[in-house]
Parts: sequence; structure tokens; C-alpha cells
Amino acid sequence: MAEQQEASFEVSLKRLEEVVAALEKGDVSLNESMTMFEEGTALIRRCSTMLDQAEQQVLRLKKGTDGAPQELPFDGAED
Amino acid sequence: MTERAVFTVSALNGHIRALLDGDDLLQSVAVRGELSNYKIYPSGHHYFTLKDAESSIRCVMFRSSASRLRWTPESGMSVTACGRVSVYPRDGAYQLYCTELIPQGTGDLQLAYEQLKKKLEAEGLFAPEHKKPIPRFPARIAVVTSAAGAAVRDIIRVCGKRWPMATLLVLPVRVQGTEAPPEIAGALRYANRWRVADLIITGRGGGSIEDLWAFNDERVARAIYESEIPVISAVGHEPDVTIADYVADLRAATPSNAAELAVPDENELRETLANAEARCGQAVRKRLELSRRRLEELGSRRVLQSPTGYIDLKRMELDVQRAGLLRAQEARLAAAKQRHVRAAASLDALSPLKVLSRGYAVAEDGAGCVVRSVDDVASGAPLRVIVPDGVLHCAVKDKERRITDGRAAGSEL
Repeated sequence: MAEQQEASFEVSLKRLEEVVAALEKGDVSLNESMTMFEEGTALIRRCSTMLDQAEQQVLRLKKGTDGAPQELPFDGAED
Repeated sequence: MTERAVFTVSALNGHIRALLDGDDLLQSVAVRGELSNYKIYPSGHHYFTLKDAESSIRCVMFRSSASRLRWTPESGMSVTACGRVSVYPRDGAYQLYCTELIPQGTGDLQLAYEQLKKKLEAEGLFAPEHKKPIPRFPARIAVVTSAAGAAVRDIIRVCGKRWPMATLLVLPVRVQGTEAPPEIAGALRYANRWRVADLIITGRGGGSIEDLWAFNDERVARAIYESEIPVISAVGHEPDVTIADYVADLRAATPSNAAELAVPDENELRETLANAEARCGQAVRKRLELSRRRLEELGSRRVLQSPTGYIDLKRMELDVQRAGLLRAQEARLAAAKQRHVRAAASLDALSPLKVLSRGYAVAEDGAGCVVRSVDDVASGAPLRVIVPDGVLHCAVKDKERRITDGRAAGSEL
């Protein structure tokens, strides 16, 4: 789930960069530019929200009995 | 001469061996010399001769000791060999049983480092074209280091501050001692096999060259090279660059620095977002301004400039039209008046009064009706006879019908 969130941040930011570039190039119609402006504003809001809600997760990876990785909470005091 | 004891060869060699083995100095000796005729046997034992200008001694290093060598001894190298001197009974030859071989001048670690670096460089493990790009927004970062060291804490702290969106996966390994290299290499391979992350940081805090040795190990170097997940190396504060640093896709000076290189800065991104917002707003305002200017340009064409002006214009036109209309009307009225005057004149000519003035009179009965026939009045009825200058009040004395058609005579009136 975290991965999906991250990817959408990256995708959102990429789209935002495209929108800004297109708006600044200025060869879109007035109508289009208003639509793009709305899209850009929504993307900015979305990205900011994602930043606001981000909470660091630290896990300890352990090889399970079947060899597959198991994710456990990391408390930093093992070894 | 007669009582002389006779030994077997084995017994003699055994006696000599016992003598040498009883000498404290020979049990632990360090000898400086040059390596020659260096050979490694399939058994894993190393055989060589140590010599100086005048003398030489045969040496053997058993596999158990040889496997601890970090560098590769070669003939011609100046070394110090440590071990004990004993007899090899089969050949009746004494030799140095070497347990440690130290290169002259540089330390053995330094030499091992140089040798491995040369070898891996020649193999292309450091080639820039093999380096993989570091993802811009890594979602999951595998951290291959000690779970207890300062390195992992620094990485967690810096990542958490800069980019809390990234999940950190700690793969605890030993970073020091003989077990460290296989553990680090194993963790790197494991991370790749299960694709646990999209970026790996491996390293440890600073220390001496011995402390950092695991990151100069060939197994670690190869595991980094073979990793399909990009690897950032983060080894201590040591000014020397480790082999792992050369192989890694990106080298960080410290674990904290590795975290800085691994993730973007949230504050910078917030700035980027704010910047994007400003740029969007500006671009749209510019676009609007452009449209407005275009509109004004169009509006400046006379017809659209002022709607009241247009109306005024039309009103003026209307005034002109109305004036014309009025003139036409007056002309028409004047003509009508003239026609009226003419008609009045001709009417006057037909006036009964005009007829009376020519000598005719009009008779009216008591009701004021013009008498046109003898039948219109009865005998004795009053009559009013109108002459041009007055009225005569009369009465009908008698009636007489004319023989000819009265009507024809009446039409004369």
C-alpha cells in the first residue's frame, strides 16, 4: 500500500510538472488553460496532503522459515 | 669406538626434531626475506623459499593459515614470515612452518586492498556504464548494516526527517569480523532475490582500515556489482575509499550522507509545490491578460467600441429621416390646401345662392323641405319662398299641373 502511495506521489508530481510546462508554454486555449489550472491546483493539494500524512515506517527484514522475507517492527536493539 | 650407538634414519631425524622443538626461539620466530619459488598446491598448502643475498630456507604455510591471507603473495616480494622452525622428517630437512606472512613496507591489508582493487578494476566492476541510476522517490529502502550501530540510527533519522514516505527495511548483518563479508554479501543477494526494495544502502560507521575490512572484501564487492537494485555505499569517515565504494552505484561519505543521497528533501518538495502553484497562477493570469487584450483589440473596432454611440448615430439618421418626412408631409398638406381652395371656388360657382342671384327662387314647405312638385304641398299650405335678399311667407292659393312632364320642367331647377 505504501508503495502505491509513493508511486502516485511520483506520478502526481510528474503530471504537475507537465501541466506547469504546458501552461507556461501558453499555446493552449483559454478554456484548456483554466482546466489545466484546476488540475494543477488539485495535484498540488494532493501532493501536499501526501507529504502531510507521510509517516516513517522502519521494519526489520527477517528470513522466514520458508525463506521468504518477513517484515517485523524494528526496535534497533537486536543483533 | 666399539660402544657407539647406531640410529635408524627416522630416529636421528626424530632426535634432531626434538632438539629444535625444544628451542624456545625456534618455536616462535619472525624472519625477513624475499619470497621465491612461491607455489600453491591443490591441497591448499603454500610452499615457498625465503631467501636473502647469502642464504635461503624452505617454508610451508598450511591451508588453515593460508586461508587467512588477505593478499596474494608472489615471488620477489619482501616479507616477514612468522612461524616455527622444525624438521620435516621425510626429507630430513628443517623448514619454517609459516603461520603469518606480512608484506614489507605497506601493511598486508593495504597490499590486499591494492591487489583486489587492481583485479576488480581490470574486470570492469568499477565501470561507470555499469552504474545504475538512483530512483528519485524510493518507496522502500533496504538497509544492510548492523542493527545496533550508529549507522542505522543515522540513516533512519535523516530519512525520517527528509522523506518519511520511504519505508526502511533493515537487514541486520555483522559489519566486522570474518563473518561480516559473507553476511553482507548474503543480505545483498537476498534483497535482490526477493526484490524487497527499490534501493539498497549498505555500510557502517567509521573506523580503522581493519574495522572497515568487510567492505574491502571481494565477496561483498561482487554482491554489490551483481545487485539489480541500485546500491549506495556508506562506509565510515575513513578518507580511503573502500572497494565497496568503487563498485557501488553511488558512494556516500557517511551513513547520514547516504540517506541524504537516497531520498529527496520534503521541504524542497514543498517549495517545488509552492513554486508550481505560483507558476500555474502566473501562467493563467498571463493567459487571461492575453485574451483580454485580444478582446480589447476587437472591441476597439468602431461598431463595438460604444453601443450608445451606435444608437446616437442611428438616432441622427432617424432625425434626418423625420425631417424629410415632415417636409414631405407639409408639401402634401400645401397641395391639399390648394386643391381645397380650387374645389371651394368651383363649389361656390354651384351655390344655390348664386343661382338665386340670377333670378330664381326656392320654395320650402312648412317643414323646410324644398318644394319640387305640385304634389309636395296641399292647397292653402304655408310656403316659404326664398329670394336672394330674404324670405317671402306665402300660402298656396291653388295648384295647377303643367301638361308636359313636371319632372322634366322640375329638372330645370
